Amino acid sequence: MAFELGHVGVERLELGRRTELVASTLQVEADALRAHLSHEVEGIRSLQVHVARPGESTRIACVKDVIEPRLKMRGGRIGEGRTHALANVAVVSCGQIVGFQEGLIDMSGPGAAHTPFSRLSLLVLEVDAAPELDAHRRERVVREAGLAAAAFLGRVGAGVEPDRIERVAPEETACGGDLPRVVYVAMLLSQGLLHDNWVEGRNAREGLPRSVNPAFLLDGGVVSGNCVSACDKNTTWHHQNDAVVRALLARHGSELDFEGVVLTNAPTRLAEKEASAHAAAALVSELGAHGAVLAKEGFGNPDADLMLLIRGLEGAGIRAVALTDEFAGADGASQSLADATPEADALVSVGNANARVVLPPVQRTLGPMESVPRLAGAFAESLRPDGGVEVELQTLLGSTNQIGFERLTCREV
Amino acid sequence: MARKLRLVHYVNQFFGGFGGEEEADLPPRLEEGARGPGRLLETLAPDVEVWVTVVCGDNYAAQQPERAAEEICAALAAREKSRGERPDLLLAGPAFGAGRYGLACGAVCRGVRERLGIPALAGMHPDNPGADAHRREVVVVGTAADVMGMRDALEAMLRAGRKLLQGEALDPQRDGTLPQGRRRNVEAEKTGAERAVAMLLAKLRGEPFVTEYRLPVFDRVAPAPPLDDPASATIALVTSGGIVPRGNPDRIEAASASKFAAYSLQGLDGLTAQTHQTAHGGYDPTFANADPNRVLPVDEMRVLERAGRIGRLHERYYVTVGNGTSVEQARRFGREIAARLVADGVQAVILTST
Repeated sequence: MAFELGHVGVERLELGRRTELVASTLQVEADALRAHLSHEVEGIRSLQVHVARPGESTRIACVKDVIEPRLKMRGGRIGEGRTHALANVAVVSCGQIVGFQEGLIDMSGPGAAHTPFSRLSLLVLEVDAAPELDAHRRERVVREAGLAAAAFLGRVGAGVEPDRIERVAPEETACGGDLPRVVYVAMLLSQGLLHDNWVEGRNAREGLPRSVNPAFLLDGGVVSGNCVSACDKNTTWHHQNDAVVRALLARHGSELDFEGVVLTNAPTRLAEKEASAHAAAALVSELGAHGAVLAKEGFGNPDADLMLLIRGLEGAGIRAVALTDEFAGADGASQSLADATPEADALVSVGNANARVVLPPVQRTLGPMESVPRLAGAFAESLRPDGGVEVELQTLLGSTNQIGFERLTCREV
Repeated sequence: MARKLRLVHYVNQFFGGFGGEEEADLPPRLEEGARGPGRLLETLAPDVEVWVTVVCGDNYAAQQPERAAEEICAALAAREKSRGERPDLLLAGPAFGAGRYGLACGAVCRGVRERLGIPALAGMHPDNPGADAHRREVVVVGTAADVMGMRDALEAMLRAGRKLLQGEALDPQRDGTLPQGRRRNVEAEKTGAERAVAMLLAKLRGEPFVTEYRLPVFDRVAPAPPLDDPASATIALVTSGGIVPRGNPDRIEAASASKFAAYSLQGLDGLTAQTHQTAHGGYDPTFANADPNRVLPVDEMRVLERAGRIGRLHERYYVTVGNGTSVEQARRFGREIAARLVADGVQAVILTST
């Protein structure tokens, strides 16, 4: 069944007296949003709503998730019917850190080049969860506030004719028998303990691998719930706009036959890793694939899952290309991955996350800046006396995203 | 008029005009002005002056590279002093495919840069043994395998040398330098997703493609043999799981650790949330903070110690954070921690990770 994603153009985001979309300006009534969230999400102590726009001298600290506001228009199931998305806008949830793996977004300057979110108008929720809650419950409050706010905003897309409709129905395209059949293997981190994702509301530790239609991803079938270093954390926004799905759809019917997506997980125990990789490779094989693109999330431990998958696929005669970031040290002289296999002969590098950047002082900071030195990729002296920040790319949200959103790469010099 | 660029040019006995193999034992000597390829260099670049030519025999330099480099540095330092001038740059070669000459060029560049602080680069064919030996530390411009490539080699070396002087980053693709084993971020024309699909299509069609990261071959560490007598052994705890005294006094980073630390376990029967916490940024810290023994099992070690199953728990434990921490850094930590443990008479180590 075909899926239509209607992109409703938003040119300006501002706080105002009503929540409505008029002449491409999205106005949000902060009080109504706050009231909605306190009703929907239990455990919010206080909540601040801000707007951050591209080009502003603004830094957002300790971001947990980014979500594109959407509304399901027709068709009850994920990946079917029609969904309206507010284009160029996203909800950002941030708050007190639980782990170390929340990220930074800069809306201008050198940091802005390293995050896709500097190109969007952001509704930033600074959520303060009730202090009596335990750490995991506090984390959940912030996450759920972001998702509920995105749903709240998404409603304004109801009566609006989208500016552009993206029709996703690869099965309708007749592909010549000569075109290579390609499957996308999307690896979801599923290690528990704040390293979980959600598939149709279920923890990705269960029920994977499974094959889904590409529209499943673009229609929000996967929700991010994990903490991993910000550089290669796949936020909900990344799943909703999966760049590999779009790149494969763009060539579908002309250069390749996009057979579908295999969602798989990245568990912690070796036996589970082997079982998952084996089952995922079998699914790719059942889809009749000649080749597969693999995208992972996180680094270190999931490198082992990636290598097992590549070995399994290549062993079954399916050619594999994988996207990965590198942790080659600040000087780039160290080995980049935690695991290797000789079959992994076609890797796309999305950059060395250990490379350092200096971010100049900004006029406005949102979120708990004082926690920045504790983030993964930061260090004791990360907050500079001049008000700037020095961190590894690791700390910038989406800088080395392994779904391949960015143009950053790495090479030997 | 701006003064000319002062070059030191290093050549072997043959290119220096002293003769062939029979002169290969020639000790280093300084010659006024340009010789051999240096003359072509001055013709190619009128703003360049060969300030001095250093000539040394291939055997002399290749058999005792340290000594040759030292003598050359001493001679250059003396000349600097007597002339009251400082050269800007040293170019060595091009050595093309000549192995001894290539090795000498690398060693001289390294010595002159380190001892005299003069920027230096060499030219040679990528297969020259000198390239393999020196390219990580010395800038080497790739050249043809033989003297037919002289003009191109000199031009490329000079171009790279000017960039080196400007402090510009050299790039193998643009400047023809040999890769030095360092990964550097650059912008690609297309996104990672687009590049991945294009690479897969090439792979499927059997067309050539270039992986963007060539995986290294990993070390395999053979497990040590078991202890003969654990009941008399001193056993240490070492962790990459980030367990530190509360407050993280040495401020070990949450990721990409730049250091390890050692802390006392004397008088501790186990760790508690009041005494210890984790600094590790790669996992949910909640449970490790609630009971740090989960990562650093001091409590269980004390049980074993009391039961006489182990001799004793070493009084200090070592900790770092293994999260995005580079392998080179981890290798260094391992060497240093091992040396200290051996010096303290520790016989075995329990490593815990997360």
